[in-house]
Amino acid sequence: MQAFTTLKALVAPMDRANIDTDAIIPKQFLKSIKRTGYGPFLFDEWRYEDHGEPGMDCSNRPKRADFVLNQKRFQAAQILITRENFGCGSSREHAPWAILDAGFSCVIAPSFADIFYNNCFKNGILPIVLDDAAMDVLFDACAANDGFTLQIDLAAQTVSLASGVVFTFEVDDFRKHCLLNGLDDIALTLAQTDSIRSYEQEHKRQAPWLF
Amino acid sequence: MAKTLFEKVWDQHVVTKNDDGSVLLYIDRQLVHEVTSPQAFEGLRLAGRKPWRVNASVATPDHNVPTNNRDQGITDPVSRAQVEALDANCAEFGITEFGLGDIRQGVVHVMGPEQGLILPGMTVVCGDSHTSTHGAFGAIAMGIGTSEVEHVLASQCLIQKQPKSMRIRVEGTLPAGMTGKDVALYIIGKIGTAGGTGYAIEFAGSAIRALSMEGRMSLCNMTIEAGARCGMIAVDDVTIAYVKGRPYAPAGDAWLQAREAWVDLHSDADAVFDKELQFNAEDIAPQVSWGTSPEMVLPITASVPDPQHARDDVQSDGWSRALVYMDLKAGTPLQEITIDKVFIGSCTNGRIEDFREAAAMVKGKSVAGNIKLAMAVPGSGLVKQQAEAEGLDEVFRQAGFEWRDPGCSMCLAMNADRLEPGERCASTSNRNFEGRQGMGGRTHLVSPAMAAAAAIAGHFVDIRDWS
Ligand code: SF4
Repeated sequence: MQAFTTLKALVAPMDRANIDTDAIIPKQFLKSIKRTGYGPFLFDEWRYEDHGEPGMDCSNRPKRADFVLNQKRFQAAQILITRENFGCGSSREHAPWAILDAGFSCVIAPSFADIFYNNCFKNGILPIVLDDAAMDVLFDACAANDGFTLQIDLAAQTVSLASGVVFTFEVDDFRKHCLLNGLDDIALTLAQTDSIRSYEQEHKRQAPWLF
Repeated sequence: MAKTLFEKVWDQHVVTKNDDGSVLLYIDRQLVHEVTSPQAFEGLRLAGRKPWRVNASVATPDHNVPTNNRDQGITDPVSRAQVEALDANCAEFGITEFGLGDIRQGVVHVMGPEQGLILPGMTVVCGDSHTSTHGAFGAIAMGIGTSEVEHVLASQCLIQKQPKSMRIRVEGTLPAGMTGKDVALYIIGKIGTAGGTGYAIEFAGSAIRALSMEGRMSLCNMTIEAGARCGMIAVDDVTIAYVKGRPYAPAGDAWLQAREAWVDLHSDADAVFDKELQFNAEDIAPQVSWGTSPEMVLPITASVPDPQHARDDVQSDGWSRALVYMDLKAGTPLQEITIDKVFIGSCTNGRIEDFREAAAMVKGKSVAGNIKLAMAVPGSGLVKQQAEAEGLDEVFRQAGFEWRDPGCSMCLAMNADRLEPGERCASTSNRNFEGRQGMGGRTHLVSPAMAAAAAIAGHFVDIRDWS
C-alpha cells in the first residue's frame, strides 16, 4: 500500500450529502476482477450523458456540462470535499479504488459511512472528518478561489489553508501508523500467529460446534 | 458486570487488545461471493499466503447469475468470467462452494442461514454490506471490504474497534400484515440513514420477539441502511427452532452443548447502552419509499412530501433532487403512484415466508395491464424448491408473474434483470439509490405483500384494505 504522509493539492467540491457507493462506482463496473482501471468511471452516471460499460474508452464519451468534476479547473484535484454520510451503501471496495484511480488520495467530509471509511485506509486514502462549520469554510474558499489548494499533514493531523486557517482532525493511532508507513496490516496480524493459535485452541475447547 | 448481547459475543472473540483500544477479533464464519472476492484471492496468491482455516469460509455466486435459461450458462462474458474466477479460486484454495448447478446456490445471506452455517454467538463476515442480516441469530455479523476479506482469509481475524451500543425497542403488537420489512423501513424513516453510524444496534421489545426468523432477518438486513455497523437480536426459542436440524448445525451431544451456551445470548437486565430508542408497534403502517434514499419513506396513507417542509437545507436539497429523479410531485398520494415493474426477491425478502405472503395477495388474480414485468425470484434453490412444493410458483405464474431461478437479480441489476430509464418499480429489495436497479430506474421499497398487491392494482395500495 502507498503511504500517506503530507499532501498539498488542488481541491474539488461535491456539495451534496449522502453520496452512495452506487453513485461513486455503478454496479456494472464491479464485474472486473482487478483493483485498478476504475478511475474513468468514477461517478459514471453523473459524469457522462451515455451509459457506461466496463472496458469502454471514456475519452470520447459525452460529458455532462453540469457535473462539477467535469469543470476544467478541477481536473488535477487530489482532494475531494463533500458532505455528510459520504460512501453510504454497499461494502464495495471498488468505491475507494475508483477514487484513488481518479487521482484522489484524500476525502474530507463531516461524516463517512463506516465500511467506506475503513476501506479508505486499506488503500492509502486518508478520509478526514471535519465539522459542518469547517466544511462550510472549505466550500466557501473553494468557490471563491480558482486553484484552491489545501495542505494536509497526517502526522500533525492538520488541514491548512493558504490563508493561514488550520483545522485539526482525529484519526486512530493504529490506522495513522499503518497509513504513514504504508504498512500491510495482514503481515502485522500474521506476526501474532501464536496468539491466534492459542486463542483458537481455547475457543475450540469452549465452543467445539463452531469448528 | 452486566453485559449487552453485543459485548458478550465480542468479548468471546477478542484474540488480543491493542494499545489504541482496537482488538484483533476472531472470525468464525466468512461467506464469499463472486463480486468482492477475486481481488482478495489474488492478494493471497501474490503474497504466497494460504487460507488460515478453509472450512470457516463458504462461497456461492449470486450477484451476476442469470435467473432464467440457466441451461445456456452465463451469456455475458464479463459476468461469466467473474463467476468462473470464483469457481477457480474456491477449487484452488479448497473452499466449499455451492456453484451454479447446486440446489443450495443462492443469495449468500439466504443460503448461509438456510444451511445452518450461521449459528448464535458467532462472528460472521462477508464482503457484502447486508451481512448484517445474520445478526438475527444473536451473532455479530458485519459487512467488510475486499482487503478485509483477504485479511480474514489469511488470518481468520480482523482488526476492529468496538462500536458504541444502541438498543431500539419496538413494543406492542404489530398490526396484522406488518412485517420485519415495514419495521425496518419505519425505523430508518425515523432515525435516518446515518442514524446508526458508529453503533451496533440491538433490536428488542415484544414486537421484535414476536417476529419469525424471516422477519428478524429482513429487519437486521436493513440495519446497514440505517448506517449501523451491525444489528442483533437476542437468541430465543424461535432462533433455536430455526437452526435445529440444518445441514451445518451441530447435532447430537454437540447440539445439546451448544444450546446450553446459547441460552445466555441476550443482554443482561441491567446492561447499559450508549443510546436507547423506543417505538410503538401499533404506529407501524405499510411503508413505501418515495425517494432515492431508504430514509425517504412514508406510510402508504401519506403523500409525497414538499421540500419546503424539510428539516433543513441539506434535507430540502436532497428531497428536491429525489423528486426530480423519481419524477414525482409533492402532494401526490402514494396510492396514486403507478408502476411499471415489480420485483419480489433479494436478501431482504427472498425467503419462503416472503413468497407465501406475496402469493396470498395474488392468488386467483391477475397483474394489471400497465405492468410490463412482474418477477418472483427465490433467494436460493432450496427456497425455490420449497415454494414449488407448496404450489406457489403456479400461483405466481397464473397471476402473470415470471418465476425465476435464484440470485440477486433486479436488486442491483448486475445481470440482465433491470429497469430501463424512467421505469418505476415496486421492489422488496433494500436500496432505492439512483440507478440501483438500472440507469434511470425508479425504485420504491416495500414489503412482499405490498409489492404483490401493487402488481395486481397497477399502483400502490393499502394492503390493510385489500380483499
Ligand atoms: S440481494 Fe441485493 S442487497 Fe442482497 S446481496 Fe444481493 S445485491 Fe446485495
